[in-house]
Amino acid sequence: MSTKQSKIFRLTATYFIIAIMAVVIIYPLVWVFGASLTPGTSISSFSIIPDNPTWNHYKELFNPEESLYLTWYWNTIKVSVLSMLASVITISLMAYSFSRYKFVGRKNGLVTFLILQMIPNFAALIAIFVLANVTGLINTHLGLILIYIGGAIPMNTWLMKGYLDTIPKELDESARMDGAGHFRIFWQIIMPLAKPMIAVVAVFSFITPFTDFILAKVLLRQPEQYTLAVGLYELVSRQYGSEFTLFAAGSIMIAVPIAILFLSLQKYFVSGLTAGGIKG
Amino acid sequence: MDNVYQSNHRKIATVLSIIPGVGQIYNKQYLKGFIFLVFAASFLIAFWDFIDLGMWGIVTLGEQLPRDNSIFLLVYGIISIFLIAIAAIFMFINLRDAYKNGQKRDMGLQLNTIRGQYQNLIDSGFPYLMLSPGFFLLLFVVILPIIFVLLLAFTNYDLYHNWPAQLTDWVGLENFKKLFTMEVWRDTFFSVFAWTIIWTLVATSLQIALGVFLAILVNQKELKGKAIIRTLLILPWAVPAFVTILIFSGMFNESFGAINTTILAAFGIDPIPWMTDAMWTRIALIMIQTWLGFPFIFVMVTGVLQAIPNELYEAATVDGASALQKFRQITFPLVMFSIAPILITQYTFNFNNFNVIFLFNSGGPSIPGQNAGGTDILISWIYNLTMTTQQYGMASVITMIMSAVVITIAIWQFRRTKSFQEEDMM
Repeated sequence: MSTKQSKIFRLTATYFIIAIMAVVIIYPLVWVFGASLTPGTSISSFSIIPDNPTWNHYKELFNPEESLYLTWYWNTIKVSVLSMLASVITISLMAYSFSRYKFVGRKNGLVTFLILQMIPNFAALIAIFVLANVTGLINTHLGLILIYIGGAIPMNTWLMKGYLDTIPKELDESARMDGAGHFRIFWQIIMPLAKPMIAVVAVFSFITPFTDFILAKVLLRQPEQYTLAVGLYELVSRQYGSEFTLFAAGSIMIAVPIAILFLSLQKYFVSGLTAGGIKG
Repeated sequence: MDNVYQSNHRKIATVLSIIPGVGQIYNKQYLKGFIFLVFAASFLIAFWDFIDLGMWGIVTLGEQLPRDNSIFLLVYGIISIFLIAIAAIFMFINLRDAYKNGQKRDMGLQLNTIRGQYQNLIDSGFPYLMLSPGFFLLLFVVILPIIFVLLLAFTNYDLYHNWPAQLTDWVGLENFKKLFTMEVWRDTFFSVFAWTIIWTLVATSLQIALGVFLAILVNQKELKGKAIIRTLLILPWAVPAFVTILIFSGMFNESFGAINTTILAAFGIDPIPWMTDAMWTRIALIMIQTWLGFPFIFVMVTGVLQAIPNELYEAATVDGASALQKFRQITFPLVMFSIAPILITQYTFNFNNFNVIFLFNSGGPSIPGQNAGGTDILISWIYNLTMTTQQYGMASVITMIMSAVVITIAIWQFRRTKSFQEEDMM
């Protein structure tokens, strides 16, 4: 009987620990939801369940005359989608050449990518700031998008190249026999087979701009240009505390859709990540 | 080999190709020679003045105000060096082409027809064509900034040495000397560096420990509701980090935050100065990063655990191994072996984790006697030096030191991982 008792004890302890974790994880999210429903801007004395909850903060955020929230949302989506599209195209092209061709400079190119992926692209923060000023790309989304694409290339090219290497080369050769050109092989044979990895790269190069704070904060100066991360930060920090309820509503409207998107997609990109990372 | 050749076309063609294209024309490849010649001429006409200005600029950094903006000149100089490098590569291709074709003629071989040359160009040029958009982007958005930072570290560029009031000058190793000898810089640097290391080690190790622990816990066979539990435990990863960090900075707020007013009050504990006492801010930051970081490890370890074949455990049970022995001899080594590469990325990630430090308390609270906040790590200190006090030269020096640390660790990691050793990979 003692093994059974110890099993019961073990499971009880497990459920207890998981219950504690559940509270620790859920509490901040519930707390901020409570804050978003609290009327007025003062939350000095609010509880998780506000006395007279109100949706006013959400209404305010959706009203373009009262807040720039929708503009920020649109900016973020625009920047993220454009970075994603451009990154996926350049990365696929580069990974394909590295995977399938022997050419002068190939090995040096790969080693350079390996070193570049180790340096986070905001390490050159000062340079990015000064160069953006020099070229007039400061305060534009174009400058931000270019930096995101450049930052995505080294790591994701390695990831994609690793995947393309696993696609048998006989496929290209037989297609070449049948008279297919270079681009045709790339577009009609390799790319359809690489769809799972394209999805992984797409998710990464979408999420990075969406959640980036530092580069957007350095480059974007005008409230009309902000992305969500910068906008929300300004909302909280401008006069600390006084706009916290508004911020809370804004953060709920980011957290909920992104979390749903993430949880429904996680199965796909986690497997890609595990394969890439563990073999890495 | 020389006596095999019946003529000397290869040498003549190479010498003539010092003016690009002439050697090709000598080899009777008129169209190719003409294209080379036009390309070289237009390159010179288009960029000669720019390169001239850039090379002068990068050496002198400007001589008179307000005509010369030192920083612009520095950028022009770097771009000029890029252009010269491109020209050198072109020149090399041109000379080699002239030599190769001259050699063919010397050996009495037929040269490629125009059609053949075109086919050849497409075949060997295709990878370059595909690489070029990404390559040029990398050159200007990643490599140019890195070189720029490296050079800035040797200038006195700051708020005062700035156009149009002053020129910026090369100062050699002055900035490095200042960082290690001037008291305020040295003290700040070492205290920030020490906290960066402690932060990286403690926060990362905690999030790894929690992630591994929970993964093993949830992986128990008898546990019910695994799908829901896993979804719940991934939640901190699913919500964008910048949102959660800002929420936490509200929760830890000393006047209205739930930690002080609700949770601690419920236990009868006095309010804690989370935002104004550096020690408490550090503790809060480590707790928050653990909260944010464990789901990633949890997911990875869960993946590994599910891949361990059950027979291993069954065999161990037959041999009479206890649960603890099974864990120490089977589970732990397998998990650690599989996720080791990821773990190191986790450490380097936290080393540069600007978001959590800056969004939580802007690196504060401030500390007397040093020019960085009490919880500033290197990257957030660099941010402040750049954006607030505009000490670009010093910020570059610190960036160099920081990058050196990250690159050293990363190279060490990659030399150990399998993929780097597999010859086929490269």
